[in-house]
Amino acid sequence: MTAETQSLVSKGTFLLPESASTLSSNVDSLFYFLFWGSVVIFVGMLLVGIWFAYKYKRTPQNQEASEQMIHNTALEVSWTVIPLIIVMIIFAWGYKDYLRLTVVPPYAKEIRVTGKKWLWEFEYAKEGVKLLNEIVVPVNTPVRLVMTSEDVIHSFFVPNFRIKRDVLPNRYTRIWFEATEVGDYQVFCTEYCGDGHSNMLATLKVVSESEYTEWLAAGNSNDDLPLDELGKKLYTSKACNTCHSTDGSSMTGPTWKGLYNSNRTMADGSTAKADDNYLRESIVNPAAKIVAGYPPVMPTYAGLLSDREIAGLIEFIKGVK
Amino acid sequence: MSTATGKNFFEAASGWKSWLFTLDHKRIGLMYLAAVCIAFGLGGLFALLLRLELLTPTQLLFSAKQYNQLFTLHGAVMVFLFIIPSIPASLGNFFLPIQLGAKDVAFPRLNLASFHIYIFGALFCLYSIFAGAIDTGWTFYTPYSTQSDTSVISMTLGAFILGFSSILTGVNFIATIHKMRPKGMTWFRLPLFLWAMYATSVIQVLATPVLGITLFLMILEVSLGIGIFDPALGGDPVLFQHFFWFYSHPAVYIMILPAMGIMSELVTTFCRKNIFGYSFVAYSSIAIAIISFLVWGHHLFVSGQSEYATMLFSLLTFLVAIPSAIKVFNWLVTMYKGSISFDTPFLYFLSFMFLFSIGGLTGVFLGTLSIDVHLHDTYFVVAHFHYVMMGGTVMAFLGGLHYWWPKMVGKMYSEFWGRISCLLVFIGFNSVFFVQFIMGSKGMPRRYYNYLDQFQPLHAFSTFGTWILGLGFIIMAVYLLKSLKSGEKAPDNPWGGLTLEWKTTSPPPLENFETVPEITHDPYDYEKAGL
Repeated sequence: MTAETQSLVSKGTFLLPESASTLSSNVDSLFYFLFWGSVVIFVGMLLVGIWFAYKYKRTPQNQEASEQMIHNTALEVSWTVIPLIIVMIIFAWGYKDYLRLTVVPPYAKEIRVTGKKWLWEFEYAKEGVKLLNEIVVPVNTPVRLVMTSEDVIHSFFVPNFRIKRDVLPNRYTRIWFEATEVGDYQVFCTEYCGDGHSNMLATLKVVSESEYTEWLAAGNSNDDLPLDELGKKLYTSKACNTCHSTDGSSMTGPTWKGLYNSNRTMADGSTAKADDNYLRESIVNPAAKIVAGYPPVMPTYAGLLSDREIAGLIEFIKGVK
Repeated sequence: MSTATGKNFFEAASGWKSWLFTLDHKRIGLMYLAAVCIAFGLGGLFALLLRLELLTPTQLLFSAKQYNQLFTLHGAVMVFLFIIPSIPASLGNFFLPIQLGAKDVAFPRLNLASFHIYIFGALFCLYSIFAGAIDTGWTFYTPYSTQSDTSVISMTLGAFILGFSSILTGVNFIATIHKMRPKGMTWFRLPLFLWAMYATSVIQVLATPVLGITLFLMILEVSLGIGIFDPALGGDPVLFQHFFWFYSHPAVYIMILPAMGIMSELVTTFCRKNIFGYSFVAYSSIAIAIISFLVWGHHLFVSGQSEYATMLFSLLTFLVAIPSAIKVFNWLVTMYKGSISFDTPFLYFLSFMFLFSIGGLTGVFLGTLSIDVHLHDTYFVVAHFHYVMMGGTVMAFLGGLHYWWPKMVGKMYSEFWGRISCLLVFIGFNSVFFVQFIMGSKGMPRRYYNYLDQFQPLHAFSTFGTWILGLGFIIMAVYLLKSLKSGEKAPDNPWGGLTLEWKTTSPPPLENFETVPEITHDPYDYEKAGL
């Protein structure tokens, strides 16, 4: 699985992905404080352990413990109280940053997010834009996501922003961020949600203010693309690739290889030919005909695709042989 | 030393009925030991297979559904069939009465019932593997679990039944420690393993019913459509998480406390030292048992629980870290000026110290609210959990197994292969899990069938590690089983331990001691014991 975004491992430090939001640098400071603190404590204990193991190993001269030290109140109280003070500082520091992650600035731009098996839907209420598995936001602008799920619990995770929040059915959860760097960032689903869980990915595109305005003005149209190229683009951007392969392998849904004009056998025993009308129906009303051997899990794409986009997908399927 | 009849507990009776219907805590302990080892092997096999699938970023051997079933079965078998009963029901059953100086547990029939219930529950779980293996993850989160078409009911029913086995063992141990102490065995002369077992039993008795109720409600929801957790029926899925973790967080202390008990036994015997700070170690077990009930919400930091609750749970989580840290410091200082012998059990003690410290320190990352938001549900959590549970509990279990093996079966194992196998397990374990910390902090989510290409080198490294780990365990199985047949006869006290089990024969007679031992000093008092 090759992702468009390459910033998780290749960029950033050895331990953390590149930091790209106003909140992430605070989180990273505490992370490294904990990391180096842990290294110091661990290495300290290790050295003491190695020293004892070497010095007091059993030898013919050292058959018995040389001294039975069973108690040292000062020592015991200090290694109770000092760690307690340290963890209380860490607690307060972590809580302070957590509040910053939680409290959304009132002027933040709002985008609605719906998670469902296995795709992310983003709807810009004011701008009238709807996107699948792709979200475009302007840089240096606070953005609030109001999230809900249509089925099971999902979780919205952007490693580069250090943010994560569960997405629940029948309830709204919120998350916010302010991106500081232009670029493409990976969105993961991090609450296990079934067979397509690891394919429930989205790309978060941070663009400059002017690009964002241009993008909105263009209405996100692909009018200039030829139909089959448009279909190829939609195949990934609309998450068809989560369940349908183009190389003949069987995933959650049937492969598209050699699909066009083939004869299909349905779960109820009936047959149908995969012509244009069949494919259109399968996209806008997937539950109408279920191919034998596959679960009836595909969500409807009615309202999510324009007529031209449906035509593009059909043209693309035609070409997959 | 020989007994009046000259017979050990193996020779006291024969035939399969003498095992299956025995009331002897030692035989029940050994049957539990065999059962949990088989469960460990099965869970380990699932782990090898799922790590194999993760060698490549896309499909290698299994479909997504099969992979999901594998990690669910790995988790469920390891948690419910192996690690919860591992130390208490096997080594605890065998050694709790003996260390106490008693002939048996307080309720031998209840003890046998607990074992029979365990087998009955285990059969339900095994049935679920063949009847459309469950794919929900071992946490059974709703509404996914109530909508899954796999065998959710048989697995949760299995866990429900296993809960009774756990409760009965806990009740039995509490009663035994309260009522069966011989003359001179005061509370503060109890070996620390018994303090740990006592604290564990209290959690088992108080927390397990909540899991039972939760799983029962879930079964009702799935079978009768009553809306408790499923929002489509008017329920609340987060309520399930609260219920589940109200049991399952204390349950991780059911898993780790007995291990800590074994650690205290190992460090004193192999250093020939009295434990440093007996009362701190003993009281910290009780402190852990109490605070462990108040931290379940740290599993829900990103689930949408209130910010206020989140703050309190983070605070309490940091508090529970302190008693665990105290114990580790006490064990370390116990080595000071000792006479340290590096036999296999002590190598497991050192492995525990190394691995559990990493597990504990990374737990601080996860308890910190802002950091947890980033690390939650990534491989960092997987690595942390395994460093505590496998690096902690399993290492101590293996340490205890090697420490008490001569006493239990009356035979010595090969010390050479014991050390080799411990080394392989230690190296293999770190290879598998250390890289998972890095993957996790880099953003790799857990329970992923496919993953981004960039993560492959670390995933492959982790998978190679499982083969080293597996080899270590195969060697261990071979030399332990071989010792049963051709091992040297074990002396009564091969390590120079002071607790009462070393004052009887190897293996012990049916009633544990020929004469009721008299307890005149602290359990680890090497000066008064005059050894």
